[in-house]
Amino acid sequence: MSGVLLETRNLETYYGPIMAISGISLSVRTGSVVTVLGANGAGKTTLLKTVSGAVDCKKGQVIFDGVEVQNQQPDRVAARGIGHVPEGREVFPFMSVDENLSVGAWGRKDRDAVARDLKQVFAYFPDLRAKRDQMAGFLSGGQQQMLAIARAYMGRPKLMILDEPSLGLSPLLTQTIFGIVRRINRDEGVTILLVEQNAHAALQLADHGYVLETGRVVMEGTGAELTESEDIKEFYLGRAEAGVRGEKRWKKRKTWR
Amino acid sequence: MQWTDALQLTIIGLAQGSGYALVALGFVFIYRATEIVNFAHGELMMLGAFMVLTFAELWGLGFWMGAALGILTLGVAGYALDAAVMRRMIGESQSSVFILTVALGVMLKALAGMIWGYGPRNLTVPFQGTVEVGGLVIATSRIVVIAGTIVICAGLYLFLSRTKLGVAMQAASQNQLAAYYSRVPVKRLVSVIWAISAMVAATAGMLMAPVTQVSPEITAVGIKALAGAVVGGFGSIPGALLGCLLIGVAEPFLDYAYPPLQGVYAYAIMLLVLVVRPDGLIPQTFRKKV
Ligand SMILES: Nc1ncnc2c1ncn2[C@@H]1O[C@H](COP(=O)(O)OP(=O)(O)OP(=O)(O)O)[C@@H](O)[C@H]1O
Ligand SMILES: [Mg+2]
Repeated sequence: MSGVLLETRNLETYYGPIMAISGISLSVRTGSVVTVLGANGAGKTTLLKTVSGAVDCKKGQVIFDGVEVQNQQPDRVAARGIGHVPEGREVFPFMSVDENLSVGAWGRKDRDAVARDLKQVFAYFPDLRAKRDQMAGFLSGGQQQMLAIARAYMGRPKLMILDEPSLGLSPLLTQTIFGIVRRINRDEGVTILLVEQNAHAALQLADHGYVLETGRVVMEGTGAELTESEDIKEFYLGRAEAGVRGEKRWKKRKTWR
Repeated sequence: MQWTDALQLTIIGLAQGSGYALVALGFVFIYRATEIVNFAHGELMMLGAFMVLTFAELWGLGFWMGAALGILTLGVAGYALDAAVMRRMIGESQSSVFILTVALGVMLKALAGMIWGYGPRNLTVPFQGTVEVGGLVIATSRIVVIAGTIVICAGLYLFLSRTKLGVAMQAASQNQLAAYYSRVPVKRLVSVIWAISAMVAATAGMLMAPVTQVSPEITAVGIKALAGAVVGGFGSIPGALLGCLLIGVAEPFLDYAYPPLQGVYAYAIMLLVLVVRPDGLIPQTFRKKV
């Protein structure tokens, strides 16, 4: 069971002359939940996009399921078994919820299994069932985030990548969505790579975590280790500790830029 | 003006507008998928008409064979244009893409002139002559353009909404990154969109040939189609169809009312709509994501 599903070795990605990530190495074991934490601009999204092939790296390797996939076309990488839920609720706005989900199942030939997965999606996200025929662009922010996760699920990925799923959601909805991510991991064995600003929620879920700062890994450890770490407490969990996290995060975000 | 004249002008206008609409469809498809405004689209239409003419008459293959081969050729050309040229422009500035498509149009037009000459040529079609409906004498070719446009629009609608490939094309047009992450082969689909757009434009050039004839000058239809698409709210397909029909119908009446300005009315309407309703008649509701 505990092989390595995803590994990056010394990844370096540039935007023109700007180095966004500089030599990131991490590994994600099959069946685990791994979180990547970091402030705004630390390079989290860039790391995920490099893994998925949406941006090319200059150096390093991405090894997924035993195969080097760096700098391949993103649709090819996804077809190997990565379901990427991008930052910021990226749905197909002019298409219905059902159509969005059917695109998520693009390329799958196992019709019966697709039908079963669709049922399961609506079991996870009952809100979406009620809106099946509605245009995705008219859904609320939280529903769009659910749809983006559900769409990735419909591809039956081995690895689900989530880029700040809690962005802009209420603490309650964040809890709900993290709960579903946990179920997808536990019940279906989908490996999870989760990028978050909400370190508190992410560390509760994660077996292992990495902390990025200006494009480098500055800390690494198990979920428990990171939760206990003084630096994490200071920078990400806040001295005041849990509870009313929503507003607190906002105030902190400004100083991080 | 008698009512029969008015009806006659309306039908002529609807036929012209349908032709514009077919070209405009291509503008909008390509724009939605790539955010490129292909200023060479009228030239693709012209090229299509010339290819049909070449196969059907210069090579003597007959109209139907010529039509099939001509349209197919443009499909291949559209695909190749994207795969070889346009795809490489991803990430370049809007203005360099603009200049590229304009330059491409100028080149294609000059090339057509060199190959086929600048004078208008006649394409013999099986739908010549006139029909009489309730005292109105209508050129058959006008009816064929209108009917052809309806069939093509209905076909495209069904394709885009009912087939997996069509839905994936919509997805690629609405959110490219999310489509990629859903394993949709976006690059290939975008090339297919170029191919379809070029084939529809070629069909338009062929269907309108009895009226416009075939010459490098018919590229002007492309500019009117662009005006129609802008009137409709660029990026909206129903809007483009509506805008083109509006321009098509308004033109003959305005030409009749005040002939000296013949030919500029399409642009006058575009300016008017842009001043009154800058987003066009049917604006897009959501902001499109890359
Ligand atoms: N398209 C781009 N062009 C140029 N620079 C970019 C681009 N995207 C990101 N960057 C830069 O790369 C760095 C890393 O950005 P990235 O989006 O990966 O950060 P992030 O950790 O995801 O931040 P956030 O938490 O705000 O989403 C930043 O300095 C950013 O300014
Ligand atoms: Mg980010």
